[in-house]
Amino acid sequence: MPMSPRKRAQAFRGVQYGILVLVVAAVAFFADWGTLGNAFFNLEAMSTQFPGIITTALVNTIIYTGLGFALGLAVGLVLALMKLSPVAPYRWIATAYIEFFRGVPALLVFIALGFGVPLAFQIQFDTYSTAAIALGLVGSAYIAETLRAGIQAVPKGQVEAARSLGMSQSRATFTVVIPQAFRIILPPLTNELILLTKDSSLIYLLGLLGTEYELAKFGREGMNATNSMSPILLAGLCYLLITVPLGYLSRYLERRAGRKRDEGLEVTA
Amino acid sequence: MSADTGDAPAASGGPIVEITGLHKAFGMLEVLKGIDVSVERGEVVCIIGPSGSGKSTLLRCVNLLEEPNSGRVVVNGFELTDPDVDIDKARRSIGMVFQAFNLFGHLSVLDNLTVAQRKVLKREQGEAERIARENLEKVGLAEKAGAMPEQLSGGQQQRVAIARALSMQPAVMLFDEPTSALDPELVGDVLGVMRQLAHEGMTMLVVTHEMQFAREVADKVLFMDGGVIVESGPPSKVIADPVEDRTKTFLSRVLNPVHASEVE
Repeated sequence: MPMSPRKRAQAFRGVQYGILVLVVAAVAFFADWGTLGNAFFNLEAMSTQFPGIITTALVNTIIYTGLGFALGLAVGLVLALMKLSPVAPYRWIATAYIEFFRGVPALLVFIALGFGVPLAFQIQFDTYSTAAIALGLVGSAYIAETLRAGIQAVPKGQVEAARSLGMSQSRATFTVVIPQAFRIILPPLTNELILLTKDSSLIYLLGLLGTEYELAKFGREGMNATNSMSPILLAGLCYLLITVPLGYLSRYLERRAGRKRDEGLEVTA
Repeated sequence: MSADTGDAPAASGGPIVEITGLHKAFGMLEVLKGIDVSVERGEVVCIIGPSGSGKSTLLRCVNLLEEPNSGRVVVNGFELTDPDVDIDKARRSIGMVFQAFNLFGHLSVLDNLTVAQRKVLKREQGEAERIARENLEKVGLAEKAGAMPEQLSGGQQQRVAIARALSMQPAVMLFDEPTSALDPELVGDVLGVMRQLAHEGMTMLVVTHEMQFAREVADKVLFMDGGVIVESGPPSKVIADPVEDRTKTFLSRVLNPVHASEVE
């Protein structure tokens, strides 16, 4: 007997629920809950992590990320303007930079900056500077592309209006275009901040003092000390403490931009 | 009206806008094929013609948003076609109103009106605000000073755009199809403001499809087609009693909307 489309859709959804129930039941049955709980949810091991995981590690992660993001934003803006420059060599340099740092693993940038540069130039930055520069280099490549798209998404008429009021090209860019470009790219920019937060875990490569520990390193040390995975899980939860609110912020901003678009404002992100 | 717009080398006598032998091409497409126009101080000139005739391009050459290929454009004493002209300074005395309003979306209405006064004319915040509020009053939107552009109707946005241009106290105002993007019921308010400006003696160049407005307000009407000025003169001639066939055809289409909609 042939099924109607609606019947078929219902049957298909039934199968999907069935698979879900099977998988959940299998996990519940086969998993060794005692060992798992002991390894990941050992409250005693977790409690030894406080307050350092907040006062040192979480704070350091925020500082490293904040510094890197600030630097990335500044360099990214310069790169974006270079990429839109009428001077061809500026465009080439910006393109090469962006392609390089976007394509190379952040891990390599950290190693190069932490060990290669001090070796080659006989200079040693402190941890915070090295972390900020490394995260800034990686972040700026992504931010530059986002900013360039944002700048190009500002309608041409905005520049024409500014120029017809007697503003110079650069005055129009900084007074009229860039503020509106930022409004357009706030959601993707928030995503880049989230990515950078996670990349800050690579800072452990630089070799850190106890007071310089960020979340990932702190969690690993705690793991060794307590012989349990729980500190790592706790560190992971602390990352979520930063990234989940940022994600909500990003979606909120996206909704706001979307509403503007619906109201007929020319926002093309 | 040219006071406060800086050290314009303008002489008070003679035309305020003088265009001679203007040519403009986009690549292979020749849009303006030799235009001569002169506009006297206080004159209202309406430019009419079918779309693609080059009227917007002509207007945009008057403040160099489009760069002419050849010919001479002199506005308020500035020779815009001179490569050494300080274009930013010249534009201070040329107000422009766009079809798409182009209000700055990130600024309030008041800031839209003060930003260029402060950054270009270096006026104090207080003085800039006073002038801005005067002009908002003039376009009937004094109570919208704190609003954001997106909260306004199209007609209100366009009136704010006019007030923004007026706040620079320009010597001449350019209007590029200022009512073409508006819902029909909002056109009247904008035309009302423009009519009032004309009565106050503002020099205006208006690209428009509003024949009624051109007939009532214009001192001179230019009919353009195919990149040339086909016919020019007072509206009583060009609109009411055209000589050229192309003008007659165009007007019969615009003035007879039923027929026009059949054509389109």
